Amino acid sequence: MKAETPKSTGSGFGEAIMVPVRLAMGLVDAPLRWVQRKFGLGGMAAFFLLPNMLIFGIFVLLPFFINFAYSMTGGTALFLDDRTFVGTDQYTRLFDCSNYLDPNSCTEDTFWTAVGNTAWFVVLQVTLMILFSLVTALILNRELTARSFWRAVFFFPVLLSPVVVGLIWKWILQRQGLLNFGLYGFGFQPYTWLNDRNWAFAATVGVSIWAHMGFYTLILLAGLQAIPKDLYEAAEMDGTRPARAFWRITLPLLMPNLLVVIVLVLIRAVQIFDEVYVLTGGGPGTSTLYLTQYIYETGFATQLRNPGLAAAASILMGGVLIVLTLIQLGLGRSSEKKGSRK
Amino acid sequence: MTKTGTMLAAFAVGLLTSTAATAGDVRIMWYSDGVEGEVLKDLLDRFMKENPGINVILDNVSYSVVREQLPVQLEAGNGPDIARVTNLKAQSQHWLDLRPFVGDPAYWDANFGDQADWMRPDGSNQISGFMTQITIAGGFANKTLFDQAGVAIPGKDATWDEWAKAAKQVAESQQVPFPMALDRSGHRLSGPNLSFGANYIGADGKPAPLDEGSKAFLEKFVGWIADGTMSKDVWVSAAGSTYRAAADDFINGQLVYYYSGSWQIPNFSTKIGSNFDWVATGSPCGPANCTGMTGGAGLVAVKYTKNPKEVAKVMDYLAREDIVKEFSERTLFLPAHKGVVAKGLDFKTDDAQAKAALAEFIDASKTLSDLARKLPGWHWSDTVYGALVTRVSQAAAGEMPLDEAVTRIDADIAAKVKDSGL
Repeated sequence: MKAETPKSTGSGFGEAIMVPVRLAMGLVDAPLRWVQRKFGLGGMAAFFLLPNMLIFGIFVLLPFFINFAYSMTGGTALFLDDRTFVGTDQYTRLFDCSNYLDPNSCTEDTFWTAVGNTAWFVVLQVTLMILFSLVTALILNRELTARSFWRAVFFFPVLLSPVVVGLIWKWILQRQGLLNFGLYGFGFQPYTWLNDRNWAFAATVGVSIWAHMGFYTLILLAGLQAIPKDLYEAAEMDGTRPARAFWRITLPLLMPNLLVVIVLVLIRAVQIFDEVYVLTGGGPGTSTLYLTQYIYETGFATQLRNPGLAAAASILMGGVLIVLTLIQLGLGRSSEKKGSRK
Repeated sequence: MTKTGTMLAAFAVGLLTSTAATAGDVRIMWYSDGVEGEVLKDLLDRFMKENPGINVILDNVSYSVVREQLPVQLEAGNGPDIARVTNLKAQSQHWLDLRPFVGDPAYWDANFGDQADWMRPDGSNQISGFMTQITIAGGFANKTLFDQAGVAIPGKDATWDEWAKAAKQVAESQQVPFPMALDRSGHRLSGPNLSFGANYIGADGKPAPLDEGSKAFLEKFVGWIADGTMSKDVWVSAAGSTYRAAADDFINGQLVYYYSGSWQIPNFSTKIGSNFDWVATGSPCGPANCTGMTGGAGLVAVKYTKNPKEVAKVMDYLAREDIVKEFSERTLFLPAHKGVVAKGLDFKTDDAQAKAALAEFIDASKTLSDLARKLPGWHWSDTVYGALVTRVSQAAAGEMPLDEAVTRIDADIAAKVKDSGL
């Protein structure tokens, strides 16, 4: 088998560009042929995956195992060598509870408060995120005036740094913020939104939806645009109502994209940290303290840090994320199978 | 090893050390409350002119970097050569003993000896650095608001209750949102705790469970937050032990009485200007005494430095009497240097309010309790402060009753002591 050389574009400029490309291909041709001869086609796949796997190993797997090792140690020292082996003590401490639904009955009550807050956040944020992203994608898929502009408007917050997002909303929601200024202008009494447990929680959900919705809308929009138009035309000719077309055509055909979005949103919701840390700092009290902030505070921000306890909590969180990823893979595969049967 | 291998190894080592200090470099990690960063830069520029072989790099960072990132760097055996730190005692194992390197150790002992124990391991005679400023916690009142409300500013021996009553009257009269505020800080909370008779130190030198003195003030404090006498914003604005100040509310005229400390004076002088009149008030009294807390920021040498001699030269220069005097006069900070204090200072400000406030805080330093003087040199101070802030803010947010918060504070501190292995 001979490596195919890129064809000339015809113009002198194109020819000039192709010279280094041809040179580079000529250089890699011989070693790649050798690899293929030596390891076969399967080996070639492994060869091309190797750099990615190496990076994954160094930056994901290795830290995971180091983190696990830390979770088995105690003390405040930073280096593993200086830490004492305590077995599963850190996990025992995290799970030491007489009633898991009442954080105050647990030794590490803050951990369970963070778990509870994160669970509520995930349920609310994921549901609303999917709903709003879907509705927005459906609207943006219609023939609108200045459609590109509206698409850009919804995508713009995705480009912002989470710290900027947190600060913008803090300036809006704080006591002397923009919202209260507006309310005051209309004769209403200002309100300390971020000091109220429920409003602060709602703000973290709302802000995270505002910040990330554009990305998921884009994925769903791509799915909507891939649905053949003739299906809708046929349904219309049969007199199908729009709502029925949505449930019978749009939703089933959008399901693969929707599954990807659901799992991505779920994973990101469990990891929520940066914009909330800037917006509420986990307050008022601990009402917006989520799991990642608990890990950060325990491992880095408190006096006499406890890296072992933080590592144990992050291993547990990692476990949840692995389960969510496996669910995504499972659902993706079953969706592919269904698709191929059809 | 092959030639290529040797070259690769050399390249890797070069790459890894490219960010480390080169000979003659001295890196300082510095945070500022006011203008002290600019003043220090000016002083260091002069030092470098006098000492061309030493290149001092000043890294201005936020206070949270010093609190949260520096400890991790130090644990890893890294960090700057010199750092400005408030959590001095608990990290004293990381400070360099300058005694063999400084020009005249006796000068350091004589002038900075009173605070030397705040920043060295227990039982040693190490010279770790010096306090760039001595701070005294205390209150500030918005005099204009008091005058407009026709309420007399409580006198020197006024109690916390009297201040609360007066501040509430003024806030109601002037439609100001907050009568009082106290920084979200365990150090600040400890002043009134001590004035209510609290003692944190147990017989074995380790933290004792919170006593009746602490409980008495904390009960008052949480009650004040609940009834709106004390600003809720500051205390519920974060989880954990994150520091939050209420200085902006005071500067914006939204606060009648603010309990913070002497380091706010330059900040107020610059930002309040002639917007309103303000006065420093010292610390209100409790049943036991009228103490505030002392403390401050120290400039310490880090023992992982590659250039201890150059570091000592920089420290010798910054600790010089004329330099400390100039630094204090320009920054409006209270100096720790005994000679400078004895000879008096001419603070470089036209602001009569700032000058009066400085005099008030110098006066307040005389009423500090013995325990208040001892706490900065106690290994567990920050552990207690952190637990206080975390749990009291939960009680203030209505998440748990104060009794439970107190139980949690004791449990948190006990767990930290156990974790430390000491």
